[in-house]
Amino acid sequence: MMGTILQSRLLPIKLSHSSLLFSPSQHSRSNLKFTSKSSPSTITMASIKVHGVPMSTATMRVLAALYEKELEFELIPVDMRAGAHKQEPFLSLNPFGQIPALQDGDLTLFESRAITEYIADEYSEKGEKLMCPGCNKVKALTKVWLNVEGQQFDPIASKIAFERVFKGMFGMTTDPAAVQDLEGKLVRVLDIYEARLSKSEFLACDCFTLADLHHLPVIHYLMGTDSKALFESRPKVCEWVKKITARPAWAKVVDLQKQ
Amino acid sequence: MGGGIKVHGVPISTATMRVLATLYEKGLDFELVPVDMKAGAHKQEPLISLNPFGQIPALLDGDLTLFESRAITDYIADEYNNKGEKLLCQSCKKLKAITKVWLQVEGQQFDPIASKLAFERVFKGMLGMTTDPAAVEDLEAKLVKVLDIYEARLSKSPFLAGDCFTLADLHHLPIIYYLMGTDSKKLFESRPKVSEWIKKITARPSWVKVLNLQKQ
Repeated sequence: MMGTILQSRLLPIKLSHSSLLFSPSQHSRSNLKFTSKSSPSTITMASIKVHGVPMSTATMRVLAALYEKELEFELIPVDMRAGAHKQEPFLSLNPFGQIPALQDGDLTLFESRAITEYIADEYSEKGEKLMCPGCNKVKALTKVWLNVEGQQFDPIASKIAFERVFKGMFGMTTDPAAVQDLEGKLVRVLDIYEARLSKSEFLACDCFTLADLHHLPVIHYLMGTDSKALFESRPKVCEWVKKITARPAWAKVVDLQKQ
Repeated sequence: MGGGIKVHGVPISTATMRVLATLYEKGLDFELVPVDMKAGAHKQEPLISLNPFGQIPALLDGDLTLFESRAITDYIADEYNNKGEKLLCQSCKKLKAITKVWLQVEGQQFDPIASKLAFERVFKGMLGMTTDPAAVEDLEAKLVKVLDIYEARLSKSPFLAGDCFTLADLHHLPIIYYLMGTDSKKLFESRPKVSEWIKKITARPSWVKVLNLQKQ
């Protein structure tokens, strides 16, 4: 059973992908509360709430950033099957009717890439640095590769993930011509990544940044399909994928899917 | 003074216009270095070294080379924060975060649809291709859903992020400019708050300067 907000209850709560027991907190509302250091059943008051689901790529993007920053947060499931994301109360959080939305105190945000940027800025002193250290000129390179992910990589790669992975989940059939066309486009992008990663350890600079992180969810899905060949056949890209998917924060995100 | 700024691009390119608008808002000196698109210069050296994706614009500022118009504008707004118009709500963390939201809305919700519509209605003609009316209808149906959300948003605040003009508004200028010269303008004009917002942002002196570059 899934609801948009879980009420405090002495009952096991089953979600489509997880099953968690929690005891009542001292607060009137209990939700799934996670910290990077404690088990999911720890009850603490978190000011950060994420409305989304662990299998959503955009939600995963935000969760990864929160784990990298070692921030406490609550994951509030959204009943996608019931169309909760297209109705109130969710629409008041994101009028575009898409997950995730994030609340931090009285601030409400949507668009995963705006949320992660906010997290990296607001909590810049906590956990991992997610922007290139230094002056504006160095930060500017992170902005470039953030936009590359959002404007060059994701429009193609997310469509491949939809064809190869999500269509199956919805009982639809993969379109092989579409996959071929999209892969033809993706390899041109990956060739540029290969050249870039021959000059730099990570996309923006020699440190892991949001620009790398933003790729994780879609790459995660594609690496579970035949499209992985595109990544594995490019040595620098392959190495980069291995590095970024091995990060402990990312492992925690993937774990959420198994619960 | 930003005397060292060079923009490689052309005044009719929407992405180049986005960068030029920002430079004008900031009152920065720059040199516009034309790129011979017809000859495919953007897909070859030396441009490819500036932008491996083979697209305009690219920007040079001293020894810094940037591409992706929205990264460039973000850099300009940050680096030259104290010059010219404020393009980000810096003082308040909440406003800064909300600006980031609407920056992403433009890049992820508006532009993918609106730029395809501009391609159909405007750029195809320039390239000797024919507009596909079915595609236009489909794209307009998607765009109105986005514009309805904009209408609701602009009923609550004069600009997308809040009370001040920001990069989030600016990023829309080039595509809206082109669409307002086509039948698609009715989608904007039929929504009072959106229409008012467009009048405001397109009337900005910096935007007028960008359009003047096209006439030269």
